[in-house]
Order: sequence, then C-alpha cells, then structure tokens
Amino acid sequence: MTAPGGRRRLVPAYLATGGQATPSRNTLDRMTVLTCEPGPRPTDLTAPARRVLDQLGPGALTLVEVAAYVQLPPSITRVIASDLVDRGLLRTHASLLQPNNTGATTREGPDDADAKKERIAVIERVLHGLRAL
Amino acid sequence: MVSVHSERRPVYLANPDITLVKILIAGGFGVGKTTLVGNASEIRPLRTEEPLTEAGTLVDDLAGLADKTHTTVGIDFGRVTIADDVALYLFGTPGQPRFRPLWDGLAHGAMGAIVLLDTRRPDDSYWAMDEIEDRGIPYIVAVNQFPESPPHDADQLRHALDLDRTTPLLVCNALDLRSCRALLESLMVHLIAHYRQDLTA
Repeated sequence: MTAPGGRRRLVPAYLATGGQATPSRNTLDRMTVLTCEPGPRPTDLTAPARRVLDQLGPGALTLVEVAAYVQLPPSITRVIASDLVDRGLLRTHASLLQPNNTGATTREGPDDADAKKERIAVIERVLHGLRAL
Repeated sequence: MVSVHSERRPVYLANPDITLVKILIAGGFGVGKTTLVGNASEIRPLRTEEPLTEAGTLVDDLAGLADKTHTTVGIDFGRVTIADDVALYLFGTPGQPRFRPLWDGLAHGAMGAIVLLDTRRPDDSYWAMDEIEDRGIPYIVAVNQFPESPPHDADQLRHALDLDRTTPLLVCNALDLRSCRALLESLMVHLIAHYRQDLTA
C-alpha cells in the first residue's frame, strides 16, 4: 500500500521528536484519547508538537487520528504526545474497551464477572446502534 | 482507492471519555479491506504511514545511514459513532505478510475481526487468519463477492479454511454500504456470543 502521490511529511520522522526514540511513558497507544489542557502554550515547542496541539484544538481525538492529521507515524506521534503530557499540555483518557484486562490502558478494574458483563453490554450497545443507523 | 487529502479538519469525538471499541479488518492484499473501512466509516477514512522498523531502531538506522530507504506501510482506519459515549474504530491490517511486524501494535486491544476473503485467491487471506487466531481474537469470515468470483460451496470453503464450527462464514459486497453495515452487525452478534461464553466459562 503506497501513499497517494505527491504527499510527503513536513518534517522527517526522526527530526519530529528531536531525536528521542522512545516515549517517556508507555501508557499511550493508538487508541488513547487526547485533549489539550487549558492554559498558555510555551514558546519553546517544536513545530510537530505545535501541530499536534493545533489539530486537537478544543476537541478530543485518538492518538492515531492525530497522527493521521499531522502526517506523522503513530510511533513518532506517541513520543511527541508523551512529552506534551509530561509538560502538562495534554491530557490522556484511557477509553478503549479491552478484550481482557491485561492491557495497560484499560479503564476497568480486575477482570471479574462485572467487567465481563460490562464488555458484553458495550458490544450490545454497538449492535443496537448499528441497527439504528 | 480512497484519496486522502493532506489538510483536513478533524472530526472530534463527542466527548473525551467516550468508550472506544476497536476491530480489525483483515485479509490478503487487494481483497477489499480499504473499501470496507471506507464504506463502514462515518468520517472519511484516515491513513497513517508507519515505518516497518520499531521507533528505536528507526532513529538509529537513519542516524547512521543518511540515504537509507525505509519501508513504510499505509494503515487505513475509520470510525463509526454509535452514541455520544460509544464509538467503533475499524483498522485495516496490512495485506502482505512482510508487514507482520506491525500486527502486534494494531491488534492490541482489538475486540474482534472481520477476515475478508476473495474466492479467486483464498490462500492470500490464510496468513491473516492465522495472525488473528494466534492472538485469540474472535472473528468472522466474509467472502467479498467480486463480479467475476466463481461460485463457491460454503461447506467446502469452511473445510478448506478449517473454520471452527462456531465461526460465521458470510458473503458480502464491500462496495455496498448496507452490506458493510450488515457485516459489522454480524461481527457484533458473534462477539456477544463469544464474550458471553467467556462469562460462563
């Protein structure tokens, strides 16, 4: 699968993070929901970091959506977002329903019967929602 | 192929604490995954370009080899908002086995999968089925009906695929919006049964 012609990144992936290779926290993945924290924006942000904040604006998006909009790989976006969380400029929301409770981003408690029932209830809602569309 | 423009206005989630359900659309190269993701999605499908190497080695590689050409693979995904507090995300998996390294990240947290099959070359989707089975992700199989698809016998196909008795085998038309939605519904029905069984196990 190739990208549509003529499209290229504004910044090479390895420059976007200032050479940083691994995120400062491992709780972020493609499906982590991100929102901007209110308050003044520092002047020393990198261009990719500013683009991440600009894309989010007043709204909420998953990390993978931000990556697609700013045209950087999710792995690089994760490093940038992680740094912004550390600086108090981004907030993360662990929103992904997990097939079991081993994931780090889970919002559920222990994988007990209640968690399992909740999981089924969410999928039932999705089914009913799809039927209503 | 769905075109992706470089500058697009984000379609925000209804609220940051929305519950997200992730599913995979898998299958061989050219089987219709991108079409299905695009037709099922309410937002125009998005694409990320992912380097094949891990983030760490990417930086090291490029630092040492300025002219190194690195492979990237496009991952298409879409979203269906169910309600203000629930949304479904569909991720197309890479169609070729050489992009296997990306699967772990993509499959993480996936509640279920749809494996698309082209009866003209069903072998192309076998490895994708293996990837999903190895991870214990519940799935359904859907034959994407192309105009020139040969008629297939469902029982023979089940046998050839070595499908579990409980795994649904369906026919769809990825070009048709209603067919795509019906496929998503079928997956949810299967997932409910699967996770209910987990509850009583």
